[in-house]
Amino acid sequence: MTALDPSAGTCPMPLGETERVLLGHGSGGQLSAELIGDLLVPALGRAAPPGPLEDAAVFTVGDTDLAISTDAYVVSPIFFAGGDIGSLAVHGTVNDLAMRAAMPLALTVAYVIEEGFALADLRRIAASVGAAACAAGVAVVTADTKVVGRGAADGIFVVSTGVGRRLPGTAPSAAAAAPGDVVLLSGPIGCHGTTVLSAREGLGFDTDIASDTQPLHRLVEAMVAAGGTAVHSLRDPTRGGLASALNEIARDSHVGVEVQERALPVPAAVQAACELLGLDPAQVANEGCLVAFVAPDRADAVLAAMRSRPEGRHAVRIGTATDKDPGRVVVLTAVGSRRVLDMLVGEQLPRIC
Amino acid sequence: MKYLDEYRDPDLARVLLNELRTVATRPWTLMEVCGGQTHTIVRQGIDELLPAGIRMIHGPGCPVCVTPLETLDRAMAIAARPDTIFTSFGDMLRVPGSETDLLSLKARGADVRVVYSPMDAVLLAQQRPDRQVVFLAVGFETTAPANAMAVLHAEALGLSNFSVLVSHVLVPPGMTAILESAACEVQAFLAAGHVCTVMGWTEYEPLAAAYHVPIVVTGFEPLDLLEGILMAVRQLEEGRSVVENQYVRAVHRTGNAAAQEAIRRVFRVTDRAWRGIGTIGASGLSLAGEYAAFDAEIRFDVGRLSTVEHPDCIAGEILTGAKVPTDCAAYGAACTPRSPLGAPMVSSEGTCAAYFNAGRLRTNVPMAGEALR
Repeated sequence: MTALDPSAGTCPMPLGETERVLLGHGSGGQLSAELIGDLLVPALGRAAPPGPLEDAAVFTVGDTDLAISTDAYVVSPIFFAGGDIGSLAVHGTVNDLAMRAAMPLALTVAYVIEEGFALADLRRIAASVGAAACAAGVAVVTADTKVVGRGAADGIFVVSTGVGRRLPGTAPSAAAAAPGDVVLLSGPIGCHGTTVLSAREGLGFDTDIASDTQPLHRLVEAMVAAGGTAVHSLRDPTRGGLASALNEIARDSHVGVEVQERALPVPAAVQAACELLGLDPAQVANEGCLVAFVAPDRADAVLAAMRSRPEGRHAVRIGTATDKDPGRVVVLTAVGSRRVLDMLVGEQLPRIC
Repeated sequence: MKYLDEYRDPDLARVLLNELRTVATRPWTLMEVCGGQTHTIVRQGIDELLPAGIRMIHGPGCPVCVTPLETLDRAMAIAARPDTIFTSFGDMLRVPGSETDLLSLKARGADVRVVYSPMDAVLLAQQRPDRQVVFLAVGFETTAPANAMAVLHAEALGLSNFSVLVSHVLVPPGMTAILESAACEVQAFLAAGHVCTVMGWTEYEPLAAAYHVPIVVTGFEPLDLLEGILMAVRQLEEGRSVVENQYVRAVHRTGNAAAQEAIRRVFRVTDRAWRGIGTIGASGLSLAGEYAAFDAEIRFDVGRLSTVEHPDCIAGEILTGAKVPTDCAAYGAACTPRSPLGAPMVSSEGTCAAYFNAGRLRTNVPMAGEALR
C-alpha cells in the first residue's frame, strides 16, 4: 500500500471503513475471512483451533471421533419459501457436522427474541425446529431463551450447536483434496440465496423457486459407504456460495480447481434472478447441497451413491482438482475461454442496469 | 434458458470466431462502449479468443465509474443527515468518494438503503412522511426513463419528502469526446444495446458518417458480442462506416418513444463532469426547471465540497481506453475490490473490477484461448 497517514485531515485516500464492522464482514467472502483470520482467531491465543478452519471441529474422546459445530441464524425474512429460521438452524448445524462425516448426536438451541415478537410466529418457529430435528433424527437436548428490548434484535435470532459422531475410518477435510480428485456437486445451486433475497427485498419475482434447506448427513453417509476414505473433502456452499467453498478447499489443500461452467446446475429461475440483479449464481448461498472432492477411482461409485438419495438425485460432476496454480479456481467458460472464479469481497451488491 | 442459452452456445461461438478469422485480414481496434459488455467480454474471456490483431479497448460506459466525485461527496453529505433515508442502486454503495463510501456511512449509522427501482424509493417516501427520501439518479439513457417516471409519480402523489440527486450521462457526447481526443485509437464502436433500446440509433448515424467509424448496436451475451465484433470488422474490411444493429431482438431504429418522452419531460441536457475524464459539453441530464422542487441538490445545502481524487488512480485513461488495468501500478496492489482507489475497481461493470475478478494479473500472461486451438 502507498504510505498514507489515515489520521491526516486531508488524506486523499478513500479510506473505506476500517474501524467498524460492515455488513460485508458477514457475507462469507473475503471480508469475513479477514475478520476471522486477523481478529477473532488471533485473539484466542493458545486457545485458537489448530489447523485449517473447517465447518466443524473434530476431537477424540476415548476411541470415538466426535465433531462439534456452532452457528447463529439471523436470516431475514424469518419465513421463506422452503423453510424458515427454525428449520435452517437445525439443517445448517447438522450439515456442518456432516461435512466432517459426522452423524448428529445432539443439538442445543438458543433463541434471542425481540420484545413484541408475535407468539404465533415463535410457535411456528419452535415447531419447525422440532419437526426438522425429528426428520433429521437428532434430539435437541438443551436450549436457552433470552428476550431483548425492542430494537435490540431484528425479531428473532436462533443459535444452535451440534455434536456428532464421525463415521469410522473417514476423515474428510478442506485440507485433504488432492490433484486428480473429481469435484462433485450434489444438486442445483443458488436456490436459497435467491429465494431469501427476493422475499427480503419484495422483488415480486413470479417464480417457483424455494430454498433448498435440508439435512445432508444421510447423503454423506451414503457417499462414505460408497467411497470410504476416497471422499477427501466435503463442504456445503452456504454464505459465499460455491465460489467460496471451492476457493477454501483449493487454498487449504494447495490444489488448483478447474470447473466447467456449463456443468453447473443453475435452475432457470435462479439464472433469471441473477441476470436481473447482476449476481453470480456461484456466489449465492445454498443450504441443502454439498461439494465433494473424491479420488478419481471412486468418483463414479460416489456419484451413483449420491444420485440414489433424494438429496443428491441431481448430483453432477463439475470439475477436477489439479496441481496447476495451487489455491486458484478456474472456470472453463461457456464459449471456451478461462477465467478465475474468486471469492466475493463483501456483500453482493445488485448492479444499476 | 430461453434467450440466454442460445446466446452462450460454444459451437456457434466457434463458428463466429472462425468466420472472424476469415474476414479479418489486418489488425483492427474496436471499443465496446458499455460496461455490461466489458463484463461479458472479460468474464467469458472473449478478447482472448479473438484472432491476433483484433483488439478490444474498453469504453467509458460504466455508470458507477463516470459518476463525478462531487456527486458522490454530495450524496454522502446528504446521506449523513439524520432526517434522511438515502436510497441507491447497490453498486454505488462501495464507490469511494473523497473520504468515505456509502456502505461505511451506513455502518456509522446513516440510513442508506439499496433499492432495485426508483419507484421503490417513491413508495418509501409515501410510507415515511416523517423522513426525507433521496434517490441517487445516475446512469446513462438506460436508467433515465425509470428515474423520470419516479419524479412524475412523486409529483402526481404530491410528495414533498421525495427528491433525486441527478447525475445522468449521455452516450453519444461521450463517444464524440473519445473520437476527438488526440490519442484515439478506436476504429469501430460496439454501441451499448440497452441504451439504444431506449434511444434507438438515429443519433449515432451522424457520428458514423462524420468520423468514418462503423458503429454496431450490440447486445450483452457472448454470441451477441462475437457477432457485433464480426459485423464491425466486416465493415472495416469493406471500408464501410454505417450504423448496424446486431441486437435486433431488443432495439429498433427509433427506440422507445414513451421512454424518450419521459426523459424529455423531466430532464434537460446539461454539461456534465465525467469522473476521470473531465467535463464534456451537453453530455448529461439534470432536472428541468419545472421539476426543481424534486432536486436534492437544491433541497439540501451541504456547503462547499472539496473533492480529492487518489493520485495513483488512472481511471481517466482506463475509461477512455488509453490504458488497460494491468498497465496501472496500483492495480491489484494498492487498488483491489476490497479497497478500491477509484470507481472502475468497484462495480462488476468497471473495467478494473472485471479484470481483477477474472484473475487477470499484472505479471500474468493472459490465459489465451487454449480451449479453441
